[in-house]
Amino acid sequence: MDKNILLGHGSGGKMTHSLITELFCKHFDNPLLAQQSDSAILNVNNGKLAFTTDSYVVDPVFFPGGNIGTLAICGTVNDLAVSGATPKYISAGFIIEEGLSMDDLETIVSAMAEEASKAGVVIATGDTKVVSRGQCDKIFINTSGIGLLDDKHEHISSGSQIKPGNKIIINGPIAQHGMTIMAVRNFGSFKTDIKSDCAGLNHMISDVLNSGAKVKFMRDATRGGLATVLCEIAQNRKLGVEPLEEEVPVDENVRGMCELLGFDPFYVANEGKVVMVVDAADADKALETMKKSSLGKDAAVIGEITGEHPGKAVLKTSIGGKRIMDMLSGEQLPRIC
Amino acid sequence: MKYIDEFRNKDLVKNLVKKISAITDRDVTLMEVCGGHTWAIQKFGLPSLLPEQVKLMSGPGCPVCVTSKKFIDQAVAYSRLNDVIITTFGDLIRVPGSTSSLEKEISKGNDVRIVYSVLDALDIARNNPEKKVIFLGIGFETTAPGTAAGIKNCAAENIKNFFVLSSHKIMPPAMSALIDEGVKIDGYIAPGHVSTITGSGIYQNIPEKYGVGCVISGFEPVDILQSIYMLLRQIKEQKFIVEIQYSRAVKPEGNIIALKTMEEVLTLRDDWWRGFGTIPLSGLGLAGKYEMFDAEKMIPVDVEETVEEKGCICGEILKGLKKPHDCKLFGKVCTSTNPVGACMVSHEGACNAYYRFSFDG
Repeated sequence: MDKNILLGHGSGGKMTHSLITELFCKHFDNPLLAQQSDSAILNVNNGKLAFTTDSYVVDPVFFPGGNIGTLAICGTVNDLAVSGATPKYISAGFIIEEGLSMDDLETIVSAMAEEASKAGVVIATGDTKVVSRGQCDKIFINTSGIGLLDDKHEHISSGSQIKPGNKIIINGPIAQHGMTIMAVRNFGSFKTDIKSDCAGLNHMISDVLNSGAKVKFMRDATRGGLATVLCEIAQNRKLGVEPLEEEVPVDENVRGMCELLGFDPFYVANEGKVVMVVDAADADKALETMKKSSLGKDAAVIGEITGEHPGKAVLKTSIGGKRIMDMLSGEQLPRIC
Repeated sequence: MKYIDEFRNKDLVKNLVKKISAITDRDVTLMEVCGGHTWAIQKFGLPSLLPEQVKLMSGPGCPVCVTSKKFIDQAVAYSRLNDVIITTFGDLIRVPGSTSSLEKEISKGNDVRIVYSVLDALDIARNNPEKKVIFLGIGFETTAPGTAAGIKNCAAENIKNFFVLSSHKIMPPAMSALIDEGVKIDGYIAPGHVSTITGSGIYQNIPEKYGVGCVISGFEPVDILQSIYMLLRQIKEQKFIVEIQYSRAVKPEGNIIALKTMEEVLTLRDDWWRGFGTIPLSGLGLAGKYEMFDAEKMIPVDVEETVEEKGCICGEILKGLKKPHDCKLFGKVCTSTNPVGACMVSHEGACNAYYRFSFDG
């Protein structure tokens, strides 16, 4: 491992994984953490709880489609929802830089309240720290969340029931959040109408679960993008994953920006996308249910699980070729030419 | 999307693959010189579509990959100076130097900034008049005119805190050096972006002197397959010439304004290429008139002694003598997370492209 923390350690790709396994899991070793799923599943008084936490440090704090507060609620709600749980309670910890305008803080907090109300969760506890100018970047937020988990959905977070033949579904176009942030951060002069996809997915997900479709696994494709989720499925379940490039929805303007800057949309972050693995017989049912929601109107079946090439995701390219899809290593860097 | 979708059309791809299969009657090895081509070939899975007799080999056209370790060591040394801001294209920050990399220097708090154009670096110089802003000039004829234009702007505006550490190189000497060294190449898929600047004339001596055809290719799957077909046709007819497949971007005469700017500001010099050693008149330094912008001349710095890694065969891979899988470090010690050689760092590097995309399952 490198002697200093590099930005790549936070990219959600290979370096993050090695940091987690080689340092955090080494010291915090326990069976709950070892599962490394979006939420820990806790047994409490004969019932089951899903428990998760996440920190938000996005720069800029405000961006088209949301702000750090929207993200902080949606991200944690989604982590619970993709575990098959019903999100209930959220905690909010604020680290605020001296000098942040009160108006900005109120905009952020009211956005949190609005998202929480949409998702049906209660912000039940919180903490506030203020640090000197320069010791953090405007505002960092940590949220933790608790959700109730029905026994029949316990398998979802581990993916233990994924089988060859299962279909992979995503609820809409990828790479919107990451490219929005990229556009505002580095290309102020770029005229684009790209907006973050930041959204709470719990209602759409519960509609799919209630439709009776056999959902084997879910994960929200945040940092590291869709590719990282697909690679994780292949590696963790020792199965093959075969995504079809031409079936994966990408908006034209997002695609254009990715082409221009040399980014692969498969690796760009999303904040309102769930990857679902479902029984092949139920794929249509799950898809139709998603499409009824405004967050899933562009949902698509994007590939399937196979017994071939275990441990690897092999992409069928849009022109009919085949190639490996690997996890992201370090930060995605723009190419020179 | 215009200019993209039509060049990724499945039916066109199918037709071209059929034509390629029909015209192939012997083993041929074609070299894609440019790293952008290597990347596209692997990204779209083209090798899985080609007949076995057609082998593609990656060439020396990845700017990061042929950059000397000494250059990285120099940049690292500059980044450690308190009054210096390093500005660079993103790919370069992860390339390992002898004991550090720019990425590691960033983590220690040294000021290294990723830019998308030399103009961004100029803005940084204007906004930080108390600092010396060094732009790492890397790349072939594609990026060199940008650096040259940046330097001209500086001179016109009388900006005194902008400098260039140049590792710019030109393509044709390396293409000749490969054949001179005895590497067996039946045709060159010639660089597209370089040629938009230079035009097609720079490759003229390759068919004339060596009897090896060159087709200047675009970067989409249909472009590359069509270029392969054009090369195979030349081989079948034994008529070797320079052809432009990428005609929507490349004119025979190139970009005259860019060429003039380059000629005025930069000057040819011998240069060291990773894997090749020194190739005469293959690099671009700053012309005498502009030496006040030359970091090497104007900002003295102690650079650590360059240590080459053991076991890395980047050099032979760059020359097309070996494939990444032939390297005993590949995929074991040397991975995209922990790159040993520059070919594993850049997305255009052969090792990186093979590591990420190559289907062997």
